[in-house]
Amino acid sequence: MDRSRTYNDVVVRQFTIATVVWGAVGMTVGVLIAAQLLWPELNFDIPWLTYSRLRPLHTNAVIFAFGGSALFASSYYVVQRTCHTRLFSDALASFTFWGWQVVIVLAAITLPLGLTQSKEYAELIWPIDVLIAVVWIAYGVVFFGTIARRRVNHIYVANWFYAAYIITIAVLHIVNSLAIPVSLGLSYPIYSGIVDAMVQWWYGHNAVGFFLTAGFLGMMYYFIPKRAERPVYSYRLSVVHFWALISTYMWAGPHHLHYTSVPDWAQSIGMVVALIVLAPSWGGVSNGIMTLSGAWDKLRTDPVLKFMIVALSFYGMSTFEGPMMSIKTVNALSHYTDWTIGHVHSGALGWVALISFGCVYALLPRVCGRQEMYSVRLVELHFWVSTVGIVLYVTSMWIAGVMQGLMWRAVNDDGTLTYSFVESLKATYPYYAVRLAGGVLFLAGTLIMAWNVWKTVVTGDRRALQPVLEPA
Amino acid sequence: MSAFWSWFIIILTVGNILGCVWLLQSQSKLPAGVSTEETTGHVWDDNLTEYNKPMPRWWLILFWLTAIFGAVYLVLYPGLGSFGGTRGWSQVAQYERERAEAEARFGNVFRAFADIPLAELAGNADAVRLGRNLFLNNCATCHGSDGRGARSFPNLTDDAWLYGKAPETIEATITNGRIGVMPALGAALGEEGVAEVAAYVVSLSRPGDGDSAAVATGAEKFQLFCTACHGPEAKGNPAIGAPNLTDDDWLHGRTAADIRDVITNGRTNQMPAQLEILGPDRIRVLVAYLLSLQAEPGG
Repeated sequence: MDRSRTYNDVVVRQFTIATVVWGAVGMTVGVLIAAQLLWPELNFDIPWLTYSRLRPLHTNAVIFAFGGSALFASSYYVVQRTCHTRLFSDALASFTFWGWQVVIVLAAITLPLGLTQSKEYAELIWPIDVLIAVVWIAYGVVFFGTIARRRVNHIYVANWFYAAYIITIAVLHIVNSLAIPVSLGLSYPIYSGIVDAMVQWWYGHNAVGFFLTAGFLGMMYYFIPKRAERPVYSYRLSVVHFWALISTYMWAGPHHLHYTSVPDWAQSIGMVVALIVLAPSWGGVSNGIMTLSGAWDKLRTDPVLKFMIVALSFYGMSTFEGPMMSIKTVNALSHYTDWTIGHVHSGALGWVALISFGCVYALLPRVCGRQEMYSVRLVELHFWVSTVGIVLYVTSMWIAGVMQGLMWRAVNDDGTLTYSFVESLKATYPYYAVRLAGGVLFLAGTLIMAWNVWKTVVTGDRRALQPVLEPA
Repeated sequence: MSAFWSWFIIILTVGNILGCVWLLQSQSKLPAGVSTEETTGHVWDDNLTEYNKPMPRWWLILFWLTAIFGAVYLVLYPGLGSFGGTRGWSQVAQYERERAEAEARFGNVFRAFADIPLAELAGNADAVRLGRNLFLNNCATCHGSDGRGARSFPNLTDDAWLYGKAPETIEATITNGRIGVMPALGAALGEEGVAEVAAYVVSLSRPGDGDSAAVATGAEKFQLFCTACHGPEAKGNPAIGAPNLTDDDWLHGRTAADIRDVITNGRTNQMPAQLEILGPDRIRVLVAYLLSLQAEPGG
């Protein structure tokens, strides 16, 4: 068969396997540092294993290695099928895969060595930042090149979200990482003081808004209707929530800097916009869940769809919680506590990871010449193990966070603080144990998936080529 | 903020919110002839289609409510550029108001002890209890929750006081802070000289330790370099916070190596001033607590 008339599923398969591998690695590091909070001896007095160095390794691995690979895999899969054409350039697509893997490996080496820019979620040193920018621009060329070659007039909604995420991440990454290098491992940001903080959280919050939200909404908009075999609920809801979401998310960053030296006006706008972003977020949730109208029975039998619908539910919950936490009076209690950690993980585990698992289970068989995964029962088991893990993780951190916030503000009848910091830490220990249990369960689920993926790949036909469908 | 940036912020913020509202309005009504039961007619990848259902009513209401809340908030509070909001709120003003409220509520608790002499206050159970709370909030980070200090942070329960143990002296230390400086003598003494002086200093509290020849030369060098502060008998000088070297009480470690390090590299130790943070009334109560630690047997 003429290759140009088939889909490029090689790069999809590569990124899918990378998703599973880096997911397992990143979550293992997460479990280790969760255990270190209970038993600090687990750093074995080795500098490379200290919490401070492994924490950014964990966040980078799960966000950019696991989540990023899932986004690459699904966007390449989706854009070809919804544009009815092969990827714009096989060579550039392959470059994005190997380039991204080099970035991940360099991150895994430099972060434990203590080489960091000290910007949250943008810790990597400048040479790696340059490589990321190059790979990302190549990604944009492949994606938009494919869109330009599409053989249908309308661009499918999933691609709007992928497009927004690819463009915005390029802008965020490049602007936030602008720095003057002084050596291979050291550079100074071109911003200073409060401007630096503002740029950092403009980047940081939109890493959430565009990398972890818009990109995964693209995934949702393809795989839920596909799996449910139902039309997307409302085109106009797609239009409104897409434009409202991407225009408002951009501003919400300053709510990470409430009650700091960031000017009052910037804090207020960050809070107001974070509240307005609630409805656009729930627009995506509704559109996804309502797509199941008329096909609810499929939830009983299809664990893949279960992953996706529960993911949307966690997304809805986190995007309600986020705006609430950005209200100044709530933030005064929640900021700096483990509530924030709980919030992030209800989004990261509940939304990002579950929708990615669903996506892996939906697309992997198709790119391995199979109809379904090697074991559907293991998919079901993975679903339950990971969901219980998330519930343990999130509820323990909620309780711990609210408790810490209340302990820190408790005062005696003479105005002095009732509790020292160490007392609040001691009181958090039981919750750290529950969180660790939740993390272990979630990791166990990922390992179940890894085995299932392995069996699916080795028993499948990796040379099967899928012909490009003729537009309807 | 210049007028340009102020308007820049206002136009972008208001524009974004109005843009959302316009989007909402423009899509709220279905054009005539569009059926909500049929798909839009677009088909992708064999079977991906879209309905054109109206947006859920509850969702529209939610969107409107948040937009209205945002608009009202930006009228009441700072946000729109240099317009400070009709309520005149600022976080600095909130901080100052809350501080003033706290002082009004709690200040009297401490002011009640203002006229009682410090020495007497140490026996006042209420003052000691309040002082302990202050200590745990403000001092325990360095001096430990039991006041026994840590390496380089003085133990406050023993009898070794760098600046003397008079209540007024302790009060002055907390009020104004202290900067204790031991100059670095490594260059002046040389490695061998440092070792000799250290040997002598160790022998002051642990006679018989160390090589007697080194102790003897060390003693000579001590007279040259160290007596100005530590005194000819090495018993220190509380007026400048120079420690007594004969009592085997060591702030920066007691081994010969620790002592050689201090002589070679010197030390600058700082007790931060608390007057601005605590005010005189709370400092007096804190002194009472510290004195009570002294009174404890075995303390």
